Amino acid sequence: MTTDVHQLDDGAWISVNDSREVNVSDLWLLARSDFCGCETTDFLAEGFVKVGVDYPDIQARIAGQCIACGESGVTDWLTVGRVVDPESGEFYGVVHESVHFPEKRTRLAHPEE
Amino acid sequence: MPSKVEKWKDEVYGNEIREHLMEFAEKGWDAIPEDEHDAWFERFKWWGLYHQRSGQESYFMMRIGTPNGVIKPGQLEVIGEVAKEYATGPVDNPEFGEAYCDWTTRQSIQLHWIKLEDIPEIFEKLEAVGLGTQQACGDSWRNIVGCPVAGKDKHEHVDAWPVAEDLHETFKGNDDYSNLPRKWKVAIAGCDEGCGQGDINDLAFEPAEKDGELGFNVRIGGGLSRKEPRLARDIDVWVPPEQAADVAHGMSALFRDHGDREDRFNARIKFLMDEWGPEKMRSVLQDDYVDFELETAGEDMRDQYSYNTGSQDGHNDHVGIHEQKDGNYYVGLNVLVGRMGADDVLELAELADEYGSGEVRLTQRQNIIVTDVPEENLDEFTSEPLLENYSPDPSPFMRGSIACTGTEYCSLSIVETKNRQVRYARWLKDNVELPEDHKDFHIHLSGCTASCAQPQIADVSLRGMKTRKDGEPVEALDIGLGGGLGDDPRFADWVEMRVPADEVPGAIKNLVNNFKEAREGGETFRDFVEDRDEETLAEMVDPEETDYHDPYMHNTKMTWYPYAEDDDMQASPAPTNGQGEPLPSDD
Ligand code: HEM
Ligand code: SF4
Ligand SMILES: [Zn+2]
Repeated sequence: MTTDVHQLDDGAWISVNDSREVNVSDLWLLARSDFCGCETTDFLAEGFVKVGVDYPDIQARIAGQCIACGESGVTDWLTVGRVVDPESGEFYGVVHESVHFPEKRTRLAHPEE
Repeated sequence: MPSKVEKWKDEVYGNEIREHLMEFAEKGWDAIPEDEHDAWFERFKWWGLYHQRSGQESYFMMRIGTPNGVIKPGQLEVIGEVAKEYATGPVDNPEFGEAYCDWTTRQSIQLHWIKLEDIPEIFEKLEAVGLGTQQACGDSWRNIVGCPVAGKDKHEHVDAWPVAEDLHETFKGNDDYSNLPRKWKVAIAGCDEGCGQGDINDLAFEPAEKDGELGFNVRIGGGLSRKEPRLARDIDVWVPPEQAADVAHGMSALFRDHGDREDRFNARIKFLMDEWGPEKMRSVLQDDYVDFELETAGEDMRDQYSYNTGSQDGHNDHVGIHEQKDGNYYVGLNVLVGRMGADDVLELAELADEYGSGEVRLTQRQNIIVTDVPEENLDEFTSEPLLENYSPDPSPFMRGSIACTGTEYCSLSIVETKNRQVRYARWLKDNVELPEDHKDFHIHLSGCTASCAQPQIADVSLRGMKTRKDGEPVEALDIGLGGGLGDDPRFADWVEMRVPADEVPGAIKNLVNNFKEAREGGETFRDFVEDRDEETLAEMVDPEETDYHDPYMHNTKMTWYPYAEDDDMQASPAPTNGQGEPLPSDD
C-alpha cells in the first residue's frame, strides 16, 4: 500500500494512513536553520502547511513561531516521522523535543497538499 | 491540482452524506472503514459534526445552526434535553459539570462528547421541533448571523428577520451551493447599532437607504482567521429586501466558481477580494451572476453603530433590560464564556415560557436573550434565583468575556480557554476597578490564530501561545489592545507577546490602573489605545504574578482531557462504543 499523508482541519494535524499522528501545539527544537537568529529555534508548531513523503521519511513544512525571539514563519522541510514498512503502514514519530535539522529541498517524492 | 478534501467532496458531499452517516450510526463506530476515517470526518462536518481532537476519538462536537440566533418557543427545552441526555463525556468539566451547551460567537449551539451511535435519535428530536445541524460546519452556507433582536428592536429600520429566515430556507440543503470552496459566512442586520457584525463576515447586508427606500448595502470579504484579518469591503451595491436573496445567490455562486479549490488556506473569499478588489468583484457579480441592474450603494447608518465599539454609550452588547417596539421587554442575560449547564438551560426554558413568549435568542457575544417579557413580569422574572448566575446586570469583566473552545476539544488549539477565562473574569471582578464611566470592557480569548472568539475586535485581545518559565514550557497568551467595530472598525494592536497565562490577570490589572492614571478627560479605553504608540502601550501592560492561580499551565493539549484526574494521553478511554466503553484502538 502507498503511504497516504495529508494535513487536515486547517493544518491542525498530520494524518498518516488515516491515523492522526502529529499535532500542532508541540515545541520543536530546530538547529542549523535560518528560521530566526537564535542558535536553536524553540519552535511552536501552529499549523502544518505542506506535507510529503520522502521514503521512509514523512516530512512537513510547519507554520509557527520561535518562542524565544518571536520570529514567525514557515519552516523548511522537517522530518516528523517514518513509515519504514509501507506494507504495514506503521508510523514512528520522531521525538519533537530533541534537536531537528530542517532541510531545503527541490524534489519531493509524493507531494501532498 | 485540487486538494485532497476537494477529491473527497467530489465523491460524496452535501445532503447525500446523511444516509451514509445514518448507516454508520446504526452499525456503530467500527463500521467506518479505517482507511476512510479522514474522508468521512471531513464530510460529516457538513451535517454539523466535527470529530473531537486527539485523545477523544469517536466523540463529536455537534453544532446546531439557529439562524439569527432565534430559538423559537419549545426549542430550548429540546436543546437542553438533548444536551443532558447525550452530551456527557467520560469526565466532568470542573466549572460546568457533566452536560452543557455552548452558545457561540456565530449565534449557534455546540454540544460535545456526542457519540456516533446516538446521532439518529438526536436528529429526530431536534428535527421534530424544527432544529437542525445541516451546514453548521463544512464548506457551505453557515449559520446566518444578524441582529439578535431583529423584529423587536426600537433601533430597527428594516426588519431583517424575514430576510434572514428566507435566506436560511433558500440556502439550507440547496444543492447548487452545497459544495463551496470553503465556509461561507453571511450576516444581515436592519438596525442602526451594527450588531450584525457584518464587517467580519464573507457577505454582509447592512441597513441603508436609497431614494427614500430602506434596504441593504452589500459588503464582501471580511474574516478574522490566520493572522490575516480582513474587514468586509464595500462593493457599492444596494438591494431592496426582496432582492437580497438574488444577490446572495449571485455572490455565493461567484464564490463557488472562483474560490481557490487548490489551496484551502487561500480559499476564503477575503483572499479573492485581495486579488480582485471591490470594483472587479462588483463587475463580475453584475456581468455573470445577476440578471438585473445593480443599484449603487445607498446611505448607510454606520456612523450610528455602537455594538462592540467601546464607545461606552449605546448598545455595546444586548445584556440588560430593554423595551421592544411592541411595548414588551427583552432581557439579555450574561452567560460567562457562553457555556450554560444543561439543567440551567432546562430551567431557563421554563422561565422563558412562564414570563415571556417562550422564545429566546443567542447573541454574537455568547449571551442569551429572553424576549417578549411584559412589563408586569419583569420584577418577578429578574428575581428568579437562576438569574444570579446569568445576570442582566453583571460586572463588566463577566459581561465582556468571550472564549473559544480551546484545548478542551479543538484540534487546532494551543491553550486552554473557557475555564481559564472564567477564572480570569472572577479574579478581575474581585481585584480590578474600571473607571466609573466604563461599563463595557471586552476581553476575548482565542486558543489559536483561527480567532473563533474574535480576539481582534476586543478591548483586550488574548491569543494562545507558549513560552518558557524557569526553562519549562507553559501556556501563554499574546496580548492585543484597542480593537472594536463601529463606523471606524479597528483590529487590535498586538503589544505584548507570549505572556505566561498566570501573569495575564496581573497584566490587565496594571493596564487598567495605568489607563486610569494617564487618560485625558473622558477618553474611552479604545480612544486611549488608538492615540498612543505601541511602545507606550506595551509599557502599560506589565505582566506579573498575583494571587491568581492558573491550574492549566501544563500544556493541556498533550492531555487526553485537561481536567481528567489521570490526564495522560495513554489513559484515554477513546475510542469508545455506543455505550461509552473503550474499544481496542489501532494506535
Ligand atoms: C475543532 C475545531 C474548531 C472548533 C471547535 C471551532 C469553534 C468555533 C466556534 C465555537 C465558533 C463560533 C461558532 C460558529 O461558527 O457558528 C467558531 C467561529 C469561528 N471559527 Fe472556529 N472552530 C474550529 C475550527 C476553526 C477553524 C479551522 C477555523 C479557521 C481556519 C476557524 C475559524 C473561525 C472563525 C474566524 C470564527 C469566528 C469569527 C468569524 O465569524 O469570522 N475555526 N469556531
Ligand atoms: S480559536 Fe482556535 S482553539 Fe479556539 S476554537 Fe477556534 S480553532 Fe479552536
Ligand atoms: Zn528565535
